[in-house]
Amino acid sequence: MTRLLPGTIDCDIHPSVPDLGALLPYMDDHWRDMVITRGVEELHSIAYPLNSPLTCRPDWRKPAGRPAADLATVRREALDGFGTSIAIANCLYGIQLFFSEDMAAAFARALNAWMAAEWLDREPRLRAAIVVPSQSAELAVAEIERWAHDKRFVSVLLLVGGSRPLGKRENWPIYAAAERHGLAVSIHAGSNYHNPPTPVGWSSTHTEDYVNQAQSFQSALTSLICEGVFNKFPDLKVVLLESGFTWLPAHLWRLTKFWRGLRMEIPWVDRAPADIVRSNVRLSLQPVDGPPDAASLNRLFEHLQSDELLLFSTDYPHWQFDGTEAMPDAISPALARRIMVDNPRATYARLGALQEEVA
Amino acid sequence: MSWHVVAPVSEIPPGGRKLVTVRGRPIAVFNLGGEFFGLLNRCPHQGGSLCEGVLTGLVEAVSPGDYIYTRPGEILRCPWHGWEFDVRTGQSHTDPEKIRTRAYPVGVEAGQTVVEGPYVAETIPVKVEENYIVVDV
Repeated sequence: MTRLLPGTIDCDIHPSVPDLGALLPYMDDHWRDMVITRGVEELHSIAYPLNSPLTCRPDWRKPAGRPAADLATVRREALDGFGTSIAIANCLYGIQLFFSEDMAAAFARALNAWMAAEWLDREPRLRAAIVVPSQSAELAVAEIERWAHDKRFVSVLLLVGGSRPLGKRENWPIYAAAERHGLAVSIHAGSNYHNPPTPVGWSSTHTEDYVNQAQSFQSALTSLICEGVFNKFPDLKVVLLESGFTWLPAHLWRLTKFWRGLRMEIPWVDRAPADIVRSNVRLSLQPVDGPPDAASLNRLFEHLQSDELLLFSTDYPHWQFDGTEAMPDAISPALARRIMVDNPRATYARLGALQEEVA
Repeated sequence: MSWHVVAPVSEIPPGGRKLVTVRGRPIAVFNLGGEFFGLLNRCPHQGGSLCEGVLTGLVEAVSPGDYIYTRPGEILRCPWHGWEFDVRTGQSHTDPEKIRTRAYPVGVEAGQTVVEGPYVAETIPVKVEENYIVVDV
């Protein structure tokens, strides 16, 4: 088993909102009243159905309620459980589902305030992503500006599935704000479910939805590259979370191939897409969606053509592996160090200061 | 290397091209506004016939949404997969150092000079009063 190194940074854990009542103290009077008056009870999307094996590992499952819903549990199971020095909380809640921009903004504001007060203030090993109302770039930027001063927020969280492809210019103010404040943009599996979560329409099962996340990530990444987001915001770091990564070499080969013949459509893309990914895009380790044997996995790492792309993650409490075996055995010690320590620090500008703290 | 006469100048007007064979090599000869250029007629990608490609301009951008169009007629798009080549150099646009088709020196000589040699004109009847396109192969 590959042991986690001191200083390991877990780039993707998922503390849960236990229930909507937990956010009420962080809402203003109007929205608190609206939650009660309208009878809003829950805000979980269908992305992680509570009873799906994927949603929570058996040993982390509770007799009732959401997993990972209180700090003591997350400390015990994730932080102490893996011995990570830092973990980044990417809170998955239904903020992105609202059709009302104002409601989304109010709930995002409450969620981030809850994250700061109930988690970050009480646990120095935690960092978090700013959850934004992606329904409106203007309101999303306002939410980024509200928290940008707080260096414990290290990224901006978006879902891979939205109303339109993420590279579209309507989203550029979000990328500009993230770049300006040294925040990475984390794109997590999931959707606002305003469109089918697969490129070919509504599927029947959770299985299809989850497997097809890889196609959503391919589409989102292609959009970001082709629309010129990384030309406009060259210092922007985009992290794909819970995306898998074995699809990346083949997809980049395909994208680069067609770029050679069609690049006059997107003349600002003046480097091969694979080069752009190597400078601006990172991916989380879990779920490892490749074969476990060393030869196959290392061949895949060769195809990635970079040891800087992968960031350690447990995806806690989602069930991607057992025990503490988050790192596949096949990974060489040198690459393991990069994945666990060096790459996360290089990716999240706000973690850079850690180096000095540790030293 | 030796100079070969491939066509009278009048045969390839500005914007025109002609596929010739010199010492067994298929070479596409282009006239860009009175200047002549020769490229090996084989795309380095999969061997498409470059002579059948569309001549277009160079599209560049300073930032997304810009479309700067220069050098009209000087960029050759392979008819198979659209890879772009600089007619002047044979270099591909996306990877000019690694992906290129061979460029041959092309010149224009007066018929009188061609008659005097040393030029190879196996298949082209040469008249002293005409000018000729010559390729160094």
